Amino acid sequence: MDWMAWTWPTAIFFMVIGALLVTMTIIAALRPETPRVGILRIETTRGDRLFISLLGSAFISLAWLGMFGPPLWGALIACLIYAAAVFRFV
Amino acid sequence: MDKTVNQKAWFLVLPVLVLVAFSAVIPLMTVVNYSFQDTFGQNVFFWAGFEWFEQVLASERIRDALGRQILFSAIILAIEVPLGILVALCMPRKGIWVSVCLVLMALPLLIPWNVVGTIWQVFARVDIGLLGRTLSELGIDYNYTQDALDAWITIIVMDVWHWTSLVALLAYAGLVSIPSAYYQAAKIDQASRWKVFRYIELPKMQGVLLIAILLRFMDSFMIYTEPFVLTGGGPGNATTFLSIDLVKTAIGQFDLGPAAAFSLIYFLVILLISWVFYTVMVNLDKKEGV
Repeated sequence: MDWMAWTWPTAIFFMVIGALLVTMTIIAALRPETPRVGILRIETTRGDRLFISLLGSAFISLAWLGMFGPPLWGALIACLIYAAAVFRFV
Repeated sequence: MDKTVNQKAWFLVLPVLVLVAFSAVIPLMTVVNYSFQDTFGQNVFFWAGFEWFEQVLASERIRDALGRQILFSAIILAIEVPLGILVALCMPRKGIWVSVCLVLMALPLLIPWNVVGTIWQVFARVDIGLLGRTLSELGIDYNYTQDALDAWITIIVMDVWHWTSLVALLAYAGLVSIPSAYYQAAKIDQASRWKVFRYIELPKMQGVLLIAILLRFMDSFMIYTEPFVLTGGGPGNATTFLSIDLVKTAIGQFDLGPAAAFSLIYFLVILLISWVFYTVMVNLDKKEGV
């Protein structure tokens, strides 16, 4: 864990993102999809929606931290709801 | 006929993946690691949690730098884009002057950024610089090292001088690619010069102009070398933009943790804005393609 100053929380964070990417790749290979147009009026694929979810979640967490401070469990719940909404409607 | 499935080509992408991993992904991961820790050197780290992020979000100094950065990007975009289009419209479309114009326009783009900073630093000096001396001889009270407004004007003029050519060249490429049939049709309809610009040239330039705006926005939002060489962020903090402030935190004060948290937020903001630009661009292309 000394290499690159790793700690478990950051390692888990990257493992989750890595796992998400691998899962999306497998899903894309098994069930190919066509892009769709959602409420943002732009064509999105599953990968695009994952990107929008992750980027938006980062900003939700930062906003939570700025307004209420840690812990971020509330922000995590908000991020999950946001991600679900992105995958459903965007 | 069935399509053959052959995924071997993916192996050819492998070198790029490795390169990107080592040049971008792994360093970024290190920054994430640093942003949650504190260090006193000797490669010894302590867990700090969200402390640095809270500090950065609450920091007035960084908020001011962000404000200055946004103002700077807005000003230079508002000047460079219309000016670039105007220059492109004035450039000749055929004849020997085309190459002369193109070379002249490309010249400022070829100069290294620190040299641009040095050129303007000398050029604007009140004691020996041509610009500074002339202005003071004319009775104008100008001193970019002491007056914040003068420093801002100098940096903006320097950026316009350095980068308007990029917008002009891109706009010119867009203009040249418009088929002459459009102009002929406009002539038959007796369209005015303004209408030709508004309904033919501007829509046809839309794609390249978006690229120009994206490039200029990104560059101006990350600007470091030129203002650093010219004013060093001064007078006071008047021209301390985000990257100058970041370098001060990371290298000047050696606060790796706060600097890492700061750069992550900086990165996220740039990523968001670039994504918006990219999405708009791709969707415009699709609309045009239909």
